[in-house]
Amino acid sequence: MGLLSDPNRRRALIGLLTRLNAPICVVCYMAGVAWFMGLAFEPFTLRTYMSENAMGSTMVEERFPAGERALATGREFAAHKKKTGGMPVDWLVKTMQSRGLEVFTQRFSRRLPFPDEDKERYMVKGTNVYGILRAPRAPRTEALVLSAPCTAGDHNNQAVGLLLGLAQYFRNQVYWAKDIIFLVNEHDLIGMQAWLEGYHHTNTTGMDWSPLQGRGGSIQAALSLELSSDVVTSLDLVLEGLNGQLPNLDLANLFYAFCQKIGVLCTTQGKLQRNDWDSVSGYSHAVQTMMLMAMKQASGRPWGDHGLFLRYHIEAATIKGINSFRQYKTDATTVGRLLEGMYRKLNNLLERLHQSYFFYLMSSLSHFVSIGYYMPAFGLLGVILLLRVSSTGYLTQFDVVQRSLHAKSIVLALDGDAGLRPVGHGAGLEGAEAGGRALPGRAAGLHRAHQLLPGLHPGSHAGARGRLRHAQRAKVTRLQRLGDRCGSVRSLTSRSSSPPRRVLSAFVLVVLSPACTLLFSVFFFQELQEMPVSFLDGWMLYLSVISQGILDHALYGSLVYPLVALLVYPCWLLFWNILFWK
Amino acid sequence: MKILGLLSLLATHLSANSVNIEENAGQFFSSGHTNNWAVLVCTSRFWFNYRHVANTLSVYRSVKRLGIPDSHIVLMLADDMACNHRNPKPATVFSHKNMELNVYGDDVEVDYRGYEVTVENFLRVLTGRLPPSTPRSKRLLSDDRSNILIYLTGHGGNGFLKFQDSEEISNVELADAFQQMWQKRRYNELLFIIDTCQGASMYERFYSPNLMALASSQVGEDSLSHQPDLAIGVHLMDRYTFYLLEFLEDIHPASKSNMNDLFKVCPKSQCVSTPGHRTDLFLRDPGSALITDFFGSVRKVEITMETVNLTDPIEQVEQNFVNEDLQKESYSYVDQLPVSEIIHQTLAGEDAPGSIVAVGGNGLVMPPVFHFYFTVTRHDVATRQEEPD
Repeated sequence: MGLLSDPNRRRALIGLLTRLNAPICVVCYMAGVAWFMGLAFEPFTLRTYMSENAMGSTMVEERFPAGERALATGREFAAHKKKTGGMPVDWLVKTMQSRGLEVFTQRFSRRLPFPDEDKERYMVKGTNVYGILRAPRAPRTEALVLSAPCTAGDHNNQAVGLLLGLAQYFRNQVYWAKDIIFLVNEHDLIGMQAWLEGYHHTNTTGMDWSPLQGRGGSIQAALSLELSSDVVTSLDLVLEGLNGQLPNLDLANLFYAFCQKIGVLCTTQGKLQRNDWDSVSGYSHAVQTMMLMAMKQASGRPWGDHGLFLRYHIEAATIKGINSFRQYKTDATTVGRLLEGMYRKLNNLLERLHQSYFFYLMSSLSHFVSIGYYMPAFGLLGVILLLRVSSTGYLTQFDVVQRSLHAKSIVLALDGDAGLRPVGHGAGLEGAEAGGRALPGRAAGLHRAHQLLPGLHPGSHAGARGRLRHAQRAKVTRLQRLGDRCGSVRSLTSRSSSPPRRVLSAFVLVVLSPACTLLFSVFFFQELQEMPVSFLDGWMLYLSVISQGILDHALYGSLVYPLVALLVYPCWLLFWNILFWK
Repeated sequence: MKILGLLSLLATHLSANSVNIEENAGQFFSSGHTNNWAVLVCTSRFWFNYRHVANTLSVYRSVKRLGIPDSHIVLMLADDMACNHRNPKPATVFSHKNMELNVYGDDVEVDYRGYEVTVENFLRVLTGRLPPSTPRSKRLLSDDRSNILIYLTGHGGNGFLKFQDSEEISNVELADAFQQMWQKRRYNELLFIIDTCQGASMYERFYSPNLMALASSQVGEDSLSHQPDLAIGVHLMDRYTFYLLEFLEDIHPASKSNMNDLFKVCPKSQCVSTPGHRTDLFLRDPGSALITDFFGSVRKVEITMETVNLTDPIEQVEQNFVNEDLQKESYSYVDQLPVSEIIHQTLAGEDAPGSIVAVGGNGLVMPPVFHFYFTVTRHDVATRQEEPD
């Protein structure tokens, strides 16, 4: 007989799980955490490789010549930006037209629910300018996007200059099989959202925008450029998008391949790749990179203008130019060549990028782990929940029930509600009660069982019993859906009868609250980025993170704020309920 | 005296010449074919398979240069690389990097293009089972005196060749198609060249006579591409065909290179894969088969004042079996048209085998077609028969 159908074996298994419940939970927790940390260890990762056949092995000789001219255009752009005090729409339209693109503009406006903490915006009005380079011989069915945000002040001028320089160079080539859209968006993410919504004719966030006059077919890939200096020392690739979505790994592979070919220093998460993976510092470096990526994804906000493309299944990434104190500088022509090479490769695509992974974690630009490797860590943490659910009382109870009850009540028992005793025939109920009364002493995490029992006499009114049971069932069901904190908290709260215990449990509960967890994460995040902040700065950052989270939800449809507010926070409140139940 | 000496010299000279003429004329049709056809197929599409189209076009170019006209070439290209949107040099297909050689040229005639290149169309072309509305340029109108060159390139595997990313032709199908061709008397000799990965598996199953096959790689090996062009961004040619093209560039219509030289093209040091060939089904000695027998369409001309007596043009090759001395039965085509009957009936009324009747009055060079008919005995029309005396 099988393991679970043989009653003797099943009873033995249940007994084992019951006896060793807490140790197994602890072991699972440690294993889960260890597995996750082990992912950054280089022998456990895979080297990145290009999966898409069409973007194959052959490289083209890049010939972009006009880096200096691009920088001059950038300076012109900066001057006009200062003059108009915002986006120099007319100058941009004229310049793009002189380069042979079809230019269109889009106006948009949005009123934020409350003023932005970072940028002090409340009523946002702006204009996006975009020019379409039509493929000389191809039908207008597919497009690629190159965008640079127009930010106030002295930022990103070189990016716009390079964009215009590339537009002029691309216009003279005959080998484009897709249209290329050069987009300069105002108010970065808000403008980008307006443009995307206008392009795809969707209106999910209630923004007000004028319809787009010119269109280019379905967008296959997009790159966003952020360049604020004439020379760069390294290029940073930003992948995380809205709601933690990532572009196809092939886009990162493409970027890395060209970095290697052209010889530019490339980073991800702002951290440079190290070769000494077997040393402690090398390993911790990789862990930091991976943790940064995981935390950025968890925050749910788009970390570059590209983040909003991902929702439309357009693979997009942001390339940031970083100028730090390094000897070897890369000039604008080289950056232009890198982009030219990437676009020529993307030009060869026949279908959307889909051959490589969509869910992955990168410990450096050349190593990654896919979801098949990092999910077991979370699976192990989920096993703890199952173990908790199926802990002592419930399992023996289940066994009793299995043997003596009707199928219908068994189904109810399998509902997954801890502490719910099976309903049904009175005779069966007595048996279960009898079994149930023996529970409380051993029930870890099911302390409520003994509280349920007194309220449910077989002789009490059926209706009242039904209602009470239903209410308790609803509350207990919510308990089932908590994270791994629940396991530990439950084990603590289960034995919380004495006041000192209660105080300790209360303290732990406060520490593990969503608010405190977020505060710690903010400090941890800053530590990982090697920019540690003082407590006051950290507190201000924390407040801005909260407000930004709410704004992200209102502006772009980020899901983190509703998730925390509607799921995590009520569950945490329920724990107080458990803690102080009389 | 002197005049006598001169006359005797002249006589010997003439007799020597006539012996020479007989030899030369005897070599005219030593291969037994009178016309040449070529079927050149590229089976893969998409921009990154540029090299397969370049392969096929370079063989097309060589074949055309050596004399086979477009009307006798069936060119099947599965994708249009010259006019692909991604081609930085539109209307060209290059086979050498730095754009040295444009194999597309001005006068390419593609017979099957794009999605018309399918397994079904290919087999129909080979076997001749095409609907009556098919234009002549899309037909392989070969007969039993045709030497056919078949060149296939694309992506292949062990026992199959992939057409257009959606279907495959297997080696069994191909062998059966060739057998159909033999039974329908659609070829005299056939040279089959394939440049794909594991290409040797495609000729393993052949069983029809008069076939010679070459492949660029053995089973389990990959055929590799030769060189990328950094301006176009793709690999331009496959190695085997690149070296084949180099070899063919040295061939001119009068060259006497034979098949043994073709087998030496692209050794393992250049090709990385091991090219293979198969000659056991070929009835002549490969050393006696000229390259131009298959790759070119050569019209030999000899000027003479002599009457040439054409006897059996086909020389039987010695069957060199190492271990066994099998008596291999040699086959020839059955007489279709009893010309001898008709002619003898109209002229004399009785058959006179073995003699050359001068139809038309001049007997300088008699096409062997007529010669065959004259030497066939009447009552053996419907059955296979021994080689005529």
